[in-house]
Amino acid sequence: MKSLPITIDSVRKTFGSYVALDDVSLDIQAGEFLTLLGPSGSGKTTLLMALAGFVRPDRGKLLLGDRDITRLAPNKRDIGIVFQNYALFPHMNVLANVEYPLVLRKVPKAEARQRALDTLARVKLEGLAERNIAALSGGQRQRVALARAIVFEPRVMLMDEPLSALDKNLRETMQYEIRRLHDDLGITTIYVTHDQREALTMSDRVAVMNSGRIQQIDTPQRIYDRPSTRFVAEFMGEANIVAPGSVRRMDGADESREALMIRAESLHLDTELVGRDGVALEGILSAKAFRGENWLLTLALDGGQEVLACIPAALAGGCTELAAGQRVTVYAPAAKVHAIPGAIA
Amino acid sequence: MLEAYPDNRPARIFLWSFCALVMAFLMLPTLVVVPLSFSSSNLLEFPPRAYSLRWYEAFFGSATWMAALRTSLILGTLTAIVAVPLGLLACISINRLGGKAAATIQGILLTPSIVPGILLAIGLFFVLAAQHLVGTLFGVLVGHVVLAIPVACIVLLPALARFDWNQVQAARSLGANWARAIGGIIVPQLQISLLSATLMAFLTSLDESVISIFVASGQNSTLPKLMFLSLRDQIDPTIAAISTLWTVIVVAVVLIVTLRQKS
Repeated sequence: MKSLPITIDSVRKTFGSYVALDDVSLDIQAGEFLTLLGPSGSGKTTLLMALAGFVRPDRGKLLLGDRDITRLAPNKRDIGIVFQNYALFPHMNVLANVEYPLVLRKVPKAEARQRALDTLARVKLEGLAERNIAALSGGQRQRVALARAIVFEPRVMLMDEPLSALDKNLRETMQYEIRRLHDDLGITTIYVTHDQREALTMSDRVAVMNSGRIQQIDTPQRIYDRPSTRFVAEFMGEANIVAPGSVRRMDGADESREALMIRAESLHLDTELVGRDGVALEGILSAKAFRGENWLLTLALDGGQEVLACIPAALAGGCTELAAGQRVTVYAPAAKVHAIPGAIA
Repeated sequence: MLEAYPDNRPARIFLWSFCALVMAFLMLPTLVVVPLSFSSSNLLEFPPRAYSLRWYEAFFGSATWMAALRTSLILGTLTAIVAVPLGLLACISINRLGGKAAATIQGILLTPSIVPGILLAIGLFFVLAAQHLVGTLFGVLVGHVVLAIPVACIVLLPALARFDWNQVQAARSLGANWARAIGGIIVPQLQISLLSATLMAFLTSLDESVISIFVASGQNSTLPKLMFLSLRDQIDPTIAAISTLWTVIVVAVVLIVTLRQKS
């Protein structure tokens, strides 16, 4: 199966005075797994629906390969979509649901049936072909929706929060399986979610969206460790953003002039876990909480700013003795201190 | 459901008798024609002094009555065939459009069922007259379709509101054009509502007399029109016979459809 790259070129969409997409541009490589991550209302679903053909951009272009699909009808795009609520057809059984795109393409009956059965086997649903949709569990419905979206060998797959209705364990299994399916088929995939962990786990690249714009597009690791804006830093996890003045370089080198981001889990109580070029933050312990795998310490820096430190329970020997009101210093390795230009703490 | 009914005996007796009275009030005027139709008298008199089937013979033996019956059944069928698909498409648009525009269109669409029938009939008469369509079956059909569309919409709109539109988007993304998405995904799932809408549209046409009086004529007279005319000209129990048959047919159709829906 030949998958295609996607080009999104300054796409804008407004609903009345609300700007859903604010000149979004994005290049997705053939065979890439890209996640659109953002809070609700960030424009990620609107962008997905524009690619699917259900939202017409006010301006801008959408290219599939080198073909302009901006105004192409949804049924002519050959894009497989998995909807948040699966949108299976309740008046057809599992097999008929999966055969449906093939029947529309006038594939001969026997061949359509065989391809549908093969695809059902691929998503581990062999034996359920004759089942009614109503008789399926949430996870099985998810698999039928996947099978239906890939059976006609589309060159692009779009997924709109496909796992949000499943419970945690099943969600993790399906994350793995969707990724495996993507790797087997090599199909260009755009995945929408508001769950940052899901985005980090599954994607080749993550595009973080907020208020109709792409804030940053990068590999999961860089998005997490090297966020380019305060929004991305805070959306991706427990981030401390501190003024450069509250941080002391342990080797005495010059301090940065920009706001610094240090993730809560990058902070340690022990200097030895941090290199010579690490940084130190000093403040008064205002709260501590045991969370099982780690301790969460809340420090009030001298500037009045709060900092969260997440100390792994295995390394937190000293935590039990700490008392609120005590003066505490925490340390972070230089590699985990990231300057965010323009983000004044 | 059951907690809606009172526990103590007197209250329950009162409730049931009250309901029985309401039902009787609704049904009696309709049922009173039944004995009249079996009367052997030349006059409409109640209670009849002797019984016979002569008025049924008169009805089935009359070419005029039979032609009117035929016209009414054809017209009812055509009305349903035209009004239900149009109503479905209109309801889909209203459902998708949303907001004030949809509310406005819905309001306009429902006016024929709110405006007094006589006004609609007069207006329709002038419009059809300008097109030389007065007296044609097509002219009456237009009038009946105008009345039946709002009836169909009242049945279909709530059904569509419950329908999961993602299914249509899914069908479209899988390669279905609009016609196939509507025919293959919406219609099969709205079967029951569409059946009700068809029945209601058919009955709307069957029952309609004002537009028919204004617009239909001669060979294209509908049964209700002929009944009005015959009541005005000569009162004989043929009317009662027709009414009885009519009631039986309509009740039978409604019963069949509702019972099928339950199963």
